[in-house]
Amino acid sequence: MGKEMHPTPMLDQLEDGPWPSFITGIKRLAKKNDMMVDLLGQLEHSYETRKGYWKGGTVGVIGYGGGVIPRFSEIASAFPESKEFHTIRIQPPAGMHYDSAVMRKLCDVWDEFGSGLIAFHGQSGDIMFQGITSDNVQPAFDVINEMGFDMGGAGPAVRTGMSCVGSARCEQSCCDEQEILRSLVNNFLDDMHRPALPYKMKFKVSGCPNDCMNAIERADFAVIGTWRDDIKVDQDAIKAFIADKGRDYVANNVISRCPTNAIALNEDDTVTIENRNCVRCMHCINVMTKGLSVGDDTGITILIGGKRTLKIGDLMGTVVVPFMKVDTEEGIEKVVELAEEVIDFFAENALEHERTGEMIERIGLVNFLEGVGVDVDPNMVAEPRQSSYFRGDGWDEAAKEWYANKAERAS
Amino acid sequence: MSAPRMPDETGVPEPFQYMHPTMKENYGKWAWHDRPRPGVLHHVAQSGDEIWTVKFGTQRQMDTATITKICDIADEFADGFFRFTMRSNVEMMVADQSKVDPLIAKLGEEGFPVGGTGNSVSMISHTQGWLHCDIPGTDASGVVKAMMDLLHEDFIKEDMPNRVHITTSCCQINCGGQGDIAINIQHTKPPKINHELVANACERPTVVARCPVAAIRPAMVDGRPSLEVDEKKCICCGACFPPCPPMQINDSEHSKLAIWIGGNHSNARSKPSFQKLVAAGIPNNPPRWPEAGSIVKKILATYKEDAKGWERINDWVERIGWPRFFELTGLPFTKYHVDNWRGARHSLNSSTHIRF
Repeated sequence: MGKEMHPTPMLDQLEDGPWPSFITGIKRLAKKNDMMVDLLGQLEHSYETRKGYWKGGTVGVIGYGGGVIPRFSEIASAFPESKEFHTIRIQPPAGMHYDSAVMRKLCDVWDEFGSGLIAFHGQSGDIMFQGITSDNVQPAFDVINEMGFDMGGAGPAVRTGMSCVGSARCEQSCCDEQEILRSLVNNFLDDMHRPALPYKMKFKVSGCPNDCMNAIERADFAVIGTWRDDIKVDQDAIKAFIADKGRDYVANNVISRCPTNAIALNEDDTVTIENRNCVRCMHCINVMTKGLSVGDDTGITILIGGKRTLKIGDLMGTVVVPFMKVDTEEGIEKVVELAEEVIDFFAENALEHERTGEMIERIGLVNFLEGVGVDVDPNMVAEPRQSSYFRGDGWDEAAKEWYANKAERAS
Repeated sequence: MSAPRMPDETGVPEPFQYMHPTMKENYGKWAWHDRPRPGVLHHVAQSGDEIWTVKFGTQRQMDTATITKICDIADEFADGFFRFTMRSNVEMMVADQSKVDPLIAKLGEEGFPVGGTGNSVSMISHTQGWLHCDIPGTDASGVVKAMMDLLHEDFIKEDMPNRVHITTSCCQINCGGQGDIAINIQHTKPPKINHELVANACERPTVVARCPVAAIRPAMVDGRPSLEVDEKKCICCGACFPPCPPMQINDSEHSKLAIWIGGNHSNARSKPSFQKLVAAGIPNNPPRWPEAGSIVKKILATYKEDAKGWERINDWVERIGWPRFFELTGLPFTKYHVDNWRGARHSLNSSTHIRF
């Protein structure tokens, strides 16, 4: 302790300005922890040379094959105290709720064993305990684990998931987000803690189509709350909104913004909604938060295959289940069963380092659906096929199956 | 020797133990909400219970003293409870309206910006960068600190046409995700290969397989097994660098920043959309990245001036058209804006819909 600070003229410039400064925080830690003195030195060197100087390695805890992100400095001779600067990924409570008692304990653990620097949260949703030596990883994890927190995912594995605040505080919530997330992730802890999948597999749960968790664009398995009955309308609240904002405001910001022209403004300052043509986009409900609300017959839509750029470019999830009820244990069990099918198929059929969406792109959606036992549905496509180059000699059976399934659904 | 401790494989913690009592009691039974002022949400439950949420920004990478300070404020004003949003903002909930103003005052004293609600520019979601990543082309926390200093007023007010989500990524894998505005590394030169190290450090077939454009092949160089890159084919994406660090893609001069706009995760109005390139070749210029900052400010000012109410950036450009976007922002339109990736023809204009 008490190592002399390196000069950091570039980083010092990040202490000015109105936004909270991570540099000021790291400097505070450096007063009591030499690791952070050298960490600042290495970071300043990165700023000067515009290069990173960390390399990976193998560090873990007993019983698990992943979850620790090893970092060894390539310039440890100049900055020896931060030569090992690993991260431990810990799964947060669903919805990222904390109380001060548990948070103070987490801080104590990290002050005792690590650097004192914690990120809330990483892009996958983990609490990132940043900066610890190899020797301290196991004792730090043991204490955190005994507090009721478990390791997150890394590598080719089920990853830490995320769910929105949802039912805890949002009237737009259409499902029990935290229950669905915990049921999914906690069913696949073996696939999280012992990485053996082709590549990563992410679950994210948003309680409504606003998709605050960016699930469609980022999750291999996206669960989005929705409803299939009518939007609830409180006409008195609508009238009050119009009295406050004016008819023009409502016409220009609500009525004309409906993507399917499903909402009309009436002479008497009420609204009429053509619910059969509503696509549950949420816009009108987002603007008129008291007058309009989601329906009562709620459930979820599941989209599969969202991911970031590596390797074939960004992909969005595709609808695989247009609607299912999840308000009972059996309902949630069915979601978990589908996830088991998806992960089994992914494990069997994806190439190394290939995400679910890329596998679907390679083999076609229909092969994927047949593999996981889901029937085709027109809600899965933006439009039917344009190319005439296809082989349709199974058409009659497929049409028969469609009518049979339709009859079964009707009965 | 005693048996080693095996982990308790408990998974995602149950959140009710850490949830504000008013939220727990009204779980799944909320009726409506409004926003009394920027930075504050007011939710009313079907039971008539009310809760006020005060939202404030953080630096994401926090020292324990900062976290302890947040705990102290929560204990004093919010019954000890708080939660994080996915953009690293903190939400503190109070069931007593009279605590809202004192809480805001206290947060102001302690240097936490209150805002990020409604039609504001929220905190930038970002990656690890030079502080911790093994493949970063730039810093993340530093870029974000510099940008949020510039955007502070836009965070604490709600005077954008709709909400603006900004992301940053320190490599082209784009871990920062999709944003209304994204500030991402864009490499402009093929990797420089250290042939002495490839044989020992890299599993060559894996590296060959990782290339999106099949530009890498095994080769013997100076009698050693190594790899070579067809530099005409190479798109400088850096995908070979993580599995093979001797293929050095990061370059202090030639790793630039690019800015993308119009990524929107929400289904509101239009379907979710991915971001599109608007500017590249921007210097990666620590510690404050002024060139990138001024382009972001220009885009935001143009959006604020020209967009109609509730238009997100993608909605706005969809209405006015891309030629007008480049005209209004003064950004150059180049051959690099024309996509040539798979499926790119769908991004071309096959109509006479042209605004004169």
